Amino acid sequence: MIIDFKLNGKKYRMDVDESMTLIDFLRKKMGLTGTKLSCGEGECGSCTVIVNNKPVVSCLMMAVKIDKKEVITVEGINDKKLFEAFTKNAATQCGFCTPGFVVYAYWMKKNKIRKNIEVELSGNICRCTGYTKIIDAVKEYIGNKGS
Amino acid sequence: MFIGSRVFRVDGFEKCMGITKYIDDYFVDAYTVKTIRSPKPHIKIKGIKLKYTTGLIKLITSKDLKGKYWKFVLSDYPFLATHKARFIGEAIALIVADTEYNAQKIVDSAVIEYEELPGVFDPVEAMKSKIKIYGKDNIFTKYRIKKGRGFIEDDVVVEGVFKTGYQVHMYMEPMGMIATYENSILTVYGSMQCPFYVLDAVCQITGLPKSRVRILQTPTGGGFGGKEDMPSLVAAHVAIASYLTGRPCKLIYDREEDFISMSKRHPSYIEIKYSATKEGRIKSAYVKYILNAGAYSTLSPIVLWRGTVHAAGPYEIENVFIESYAVATNTVPCGAFRGFGQPQVNFANESLIDDLADKLGIDPFELREKNILKKNSLTHTGQLLNDSCGMPDVLRRIKKDYIEAKKRKEKGLIDGYGIACNFYGVSLGARGRYLDKAYAKVSIQNDGSVNVFIGNTEIGQGAKTVIAQIAATSLGCPVEVINVNDVDTSAILDSGPTVASRTTLMSGNAVIDACKKLKKTLDKTGSKNYFEKIKKAYEMKLKLEEIGFYNSPPTSFDFEGEGQGDAYVVYSYTANLAEIKIDRDLGTVKVVRFTSAHDFGSVINPSLAEGQIEGGISQAIGYALYENLVVENGKIMNPTFTDYVLQVSTQVPEIKTYFVPRRYSHGPFGAKGLAESPIITPAASIRNAIKNATGILLYKLPMLPEDIVQNDY
Repeated sequence: MIIDFKLNGKKYRMDVDESMTLIDFLRKKMGLTGTKLSCGEGECGSCTVIVNNKPVVSCLMMAVKIDKKEVITVEGINDKKLFEAFTKNAATQCGFCTPGFVVYAYWMKKNKIRKNIEVELSGNICRCTGYTKIIDAVKEYIGNKGS
Repeated sequence: MFIGSRVFRVDGFEKCMGITKYIDDYFVDAYTVKTIRSPKPHIKIKGIKLKYTTGLIKLITSKDLKGKYWKFVLSDYPFLATHKARFIGEAIALIVADTEYNAQKIVDSAVIEYEELPGVFDPVEAMKSKIKIYGKDNIFTKYRIKKGRGFIEDDVVVEGVFKTGYQVHMYMEPMGMIATYENSILTVYGSMQCPFYVLDAVCQITGLPKSRVRILQTPTGGGFGGKEDMPSLVAAHVAIASYLTGRPCKLIYDREEDFISMSKRHPSYIEIKYSATKEGRIKSAYVKYILNAGAYSTLSPIVLWRGTVHAAGPYEIENVFIESYAVATNTVPCGAFRGFGQPQVNFANESLIDDLADKLGIDPFELREKNILKKNSLTHTGQLLNDSCGMPDVLRRIKKDYIEAKKRKEKGLIDGYGIACNFYGVSLGARGRYLDKAYAKVSIQNDGSVNVFIGNTEIGQGAKTVIAQIAATSLGCPVEVINVNDVDTSAILDSGPTVASRTTLMSGNAVIDACKKLKKTLDKTGSKNYFEKIKKAYEMKLKLEEIGFYNSPPTSFDFEGEGQGDAYVVYSYTANLAEIKIDRDLGTVKVVRFTSAHDFGSVINPSLAEGQIEGGISQAIGYALYENLVVENGKIMNPTFTDYVLQVSTQVPEIKTYFVPRRYSHGPFGAKGLAESPIITPAASIRNAIKNATGILLYKLPMLPEDIVQNDY
């Protein structure tokens, strides 16, 4: 099926296999390997990307569903402040879940979501950090040091 | 210079940007390898039929292998099942196919012809069962420790039988490897903790000499022990496929096969007793510690040993008797998991110590203070703690918080609080004494940038950053000029595994050794500035590449006799306090505050050390309250992220951490080791907090809502 979409700010028209998931399409067809496959069933959030300003788990979405939509992956996020907040707060260890958190945090800031950060992030699993430092990093990034 | 400073992770920015390449991020023109697995827990294999063969390049069975068994601690685990398979998910054959699509279709079409054999699933039953999985009695390994008179009665005796469940590593990156066989060199790239274990296994399965095999670790998305033993098997499989076909091969596990076939934390069965005088002096301890090892031994003999030599807890006890067994059953093999046999037995001993305090009518904190190991104490293996020992200090450090917790309970702000503590032998100790050494190679380029090659891996714990801090401090250069390379077994000799909280200690010391030689060379230039020194040294043609080496001090532990002697070179120490809220109707427990104090020796990087503590506590809270792997007759019933529940961000307690460093005389800048000590004892402190809140005595892990509710009615 031929689809039109915008990916990380660039317009594309491509023939896409209808049985392909969005994560496979991003990783295997577009070479965007920053999006990670971990659980493969929408539980862990490692494959989080933004589609039309909504965070989605790309392992559960079919690639053809991005037709006429705009997709942002971790590669499309060029926000030094965000990376600095994570690095400074030691919010990444093995790093495999990190792009998923980064994408989600970016979406939160863009949409001015500053409350209930712990609840917001609960769709992303991290096995290394115990979350404390990730929560600190996200608070610092979105400008909510209190709460 | 950089010791004790919060240097940012050297790999932090790249990981945040998503540009760090893990093994599945490499798209090479490779065949796909997939595994055909046993559908039943115990079978006699008659044959394999493939109904779909489009794109099939090769079917590999045990017959095709040069070495049929993985020679590790014991040599019982076949790389591919020979005539029998002994657990659900055991690898029986490999298929090599042209595409991933065809590979999956071929595996799905495979029919294994077999005769089903009776299985045994419980370790206590297996010890006396007629069904034989290993040897005469299904016991892989047993140990015995006797100190003083063994167990003796006194004024007060407490006893308990404890059972703990599995824990799954849940590393975010599943297992995966790529192998190439080109120009007579077999190279394996992949996610792993221990490249030298992998090297051994790849050479065994192919028969190639070590000089013709290269193992290259790729950035590894979490290990926690899960990538200590098992990558050897995955690498051996992909290596033999590439070796036999002459083409690059890629083998990436999907989450479910990773779940059912890779190692876990051992379930355990523990009988334990303490006796004490009525004044609260512990007089003796007895522990019978049984691990369900699963169908093959992997690291069970070593896991069991670590548990055994820590089994009576961090107390001065004159009379001790411990017996321990790792037992084969027709279940998934268990192996290394952060804490390595200590969390199970610590849960038992720290729970029972609390019950002893109750029976004596003494405050649990006071009972611990009275009996705790201190400098110049003897452990229950008779080891004299004459170097760094901060055990009493870490306990004292949380006393104020303990008193505050009491007040918070009185005010109704929390429902209960509990404490527990542990010691942790750093590095491999006596059971791994032949492996416990490390190399480093440090090369200074003519622009002043530095390559550091070590034999231990970065698996998220921060090894690269800590090693860079140690190298920069030793050389007197900025951290930014240091590049710590990913491990390549052809660039450095066997430095042992990346386990047992040993990387800072072992590789750190080896790096210091190399840097000292370089520093001496650089001093010959007479320059002051680092970059001027390098310029001058190159002009003078001085030697700017050095090998460093560190050999662990000897350990005297006696394996043949009564199990006495030095078990480890040094110990780290942790004490912690859990404060909980509990819903009596639903049985749910929420840990609201967690305070812990640690003596790891000097702390090289406090941010990374906190990360290890917070992560360890989080995994331990999961182990205590949420993570419940259900296994029925050898079949894992919930092999998914959906059904095996992990802690998420809404369940994080407020965490308070104290460092109580007691310098270790042989440690790099006084450091010991820290990644595992934090995970050992939170489960017991939560159990003791539940008791404090409700009076309910729990003897099992995980402690699920139904356990609490059932106790109420």
